[in-house]
Amino acid sequence: MSGIGNHLPQQRPGSGLSDTDVLRIRQDFPILQQQINAHPLVYLDNAATSQKPQVVIDTLSRYFAHYNANVHRGIHALSERATQAYEAARDKVRKFLHAHQPEEIVFVRGTTEAINLVAQSYARPRLTDGDEILITAMEHHSNIVPWQILCQQTGAVLRVAPINRAGELIPEAFEALLNRRTRLVALGHISNALGTINPVKTLIDIAHRQQVPVLLDGAQAVPHLPVDVQALDCDFYAFSGHKLYAPTGIGVLYGKKALLDAMPPYQGGGEMIRRVSFSGTEYNSVPHKFEAGTPDIGGVIALGAAIDYISDIGIARIADYEQTLLAHAMACAAGVTDLQLVGTARHKAGIFSFNLAGVHAHDVGTILDQQGVAIRAGHHCAMPVMEFFGVAATARASFAFYNTHDEVDRLFAAIDQVREVMH
Amino acid sequence: MSDLSDLYQEVILDHNRNPRNAGKLPGATCQLEGYNPLCGDRLTLYLRMDGDVVADLRFEGQGCAISIASASLMTEAVKGLRLADVEALFAGVHKLLTGRAEAAPNLGKVAVLSGVREYPARIKCATLAWHTLRAATQGEQLPVTTE
Repeated sequence: MSGIGNHLPQQRPGSGLSDTDVLRIRQDFPILQQQINAHPLVYLDNAATSQKPQVVIDTLSRYFAHYNANVHRGIHALSERATQAYEAARDKVRKFLHAHQPEEIVFVRGTTEAINLVAQSYARPRLTDGDEILITAMEHHSNIVPWQILCQQTGAVLRVAPINRAGELIPEAFEALLNRRTRLVALGHISNALGTINPVKTLIDIAHRQQVPVLLDGAQAVPHLPVDVQALDCDFYAFSGHKLYAPTGIGVLYGKKALLDAMPPYQGGGEMIRRVSFSGTEYNSVPHKFEAGTPDIGGVIALGAAIDYISDIGIARIADYEQTLLAHAMACAAGVTDLQLVGTARHKAGIFSFNLAGVHAHDVGTILDQQGVAIRAGHHCAMPVMEFFGVAATARASFAFYNTHDEVDRLFAAIDQVREVMH
Repeated sequence: MSDLSDLYQEVILDHNRNPRNAGKLPGATCQLEGYNPLCGDRLTLYLRMDGDVVADLRFEGQGCAISIASASLMTEAVKGLRLADVEALFAGVHKLLTGRAEAAPNLGKVAVLSGVREYPARIKCATLAWHTLRAATQGEQLPVTTE
């Protein structure tokens, strides 16, 4: 295990992590120790994907070097080791999400697959013509398109809860859209384009009062704040490993056991069956019923390592620290007249979306990159959000706990250079 | 910032700030939309053909400095050309932007786009207008995308 344990120095009050903590944490991330375009890399594209600590890289490598084998199949020693590590990771996820039991944790490829699974396996058999699915105006495409496909298949109608100019949901308007035909609410926990932290507990309670189950898209939330699915009482929760400092290609669907038990399989194949004959097939129990084929075993085990790493530091401390980075960025932006913030919710995660007057976001992105500052420029897979704010694209800096206040200053110095180049 | 000044040359910044031949073209004989789904750059090209000569052309749209300047420079370069010369110019621009040739003499001012070669992610911004033009002259009706 690298660096971080219980030996962290005293934290700055209210900040979660001290500057010394963060400098030590940065040593755990080999990719951060490099120059891009002759400048030290400032990686501020964490909402797209996060970087991996050495312990995650080592875990993946150790699996392939020492105990690569298929899970739940072999009777040989390697298969047993792999199966044990795979199921241990499932329990780490359960604990991290505060789920009741490991059977409620289904491994999938990512948030997108998790949402498609719920759309096709939970919702599709229940929907008839005129039923409704309720989403919001700030969703990522992956929480829009699976529902549009579902609506085409079933004749159901997609309803969209509105947002205000700050990029916040309006609970009364959300409630007004719920009715006796609403079969499911699918809602982002944190908006990837705006950074808005939605009042998900309140919204879940509203939906449950009308017996409507709720799926949360937690892709942007799980890496940045503590999530307790039992306290939230959400029915489904989806997230991706790669935004949580784990490899790409692995993600999680949490579902309440009773719901998962009642759902038909999403894909057919090996692992998801108990007995197969040509006259009929008996399906395996959850979660294996939803894990057809050989899974991303190394990815699952590495996800477990990432959760251990994050838990050692403490997700609540990470959340507190990232708030100080956001506050620093907001303070730097205040009073800059040619900088338009897109997404100014009162409750906001470390996502800083902006436009500079007269400069397209792609030009901002290129000029920042030349100074070693990596951000995202574009529509962030949330084109309806861009349309709502009347912009074609935004530049987006998104923070992780390994970013420093100095790096936020580097971002703003780089933004000054954009003006130099473009005027 | 020497690298960046190769990309954002004064001519490009000027054409971005003050695009030439911007707006709708009354009496256009064809129009075509070009779209880069990756970054959202979008333009509509209006052409008035007189036989095989591009008698006039205009464009409107939104995009980054590179895509707007490229479209603006293109309208200046193409106006009055025969289709065969448009095709030759397209080929020259394509080679220039993909790094397979230095600027040919027929490119004229368009050669300032050569800095884009060093920025692979931005090449599509520069080629959008040109692909749209070529498709329009070939009678394409459906929107052009760079994907």
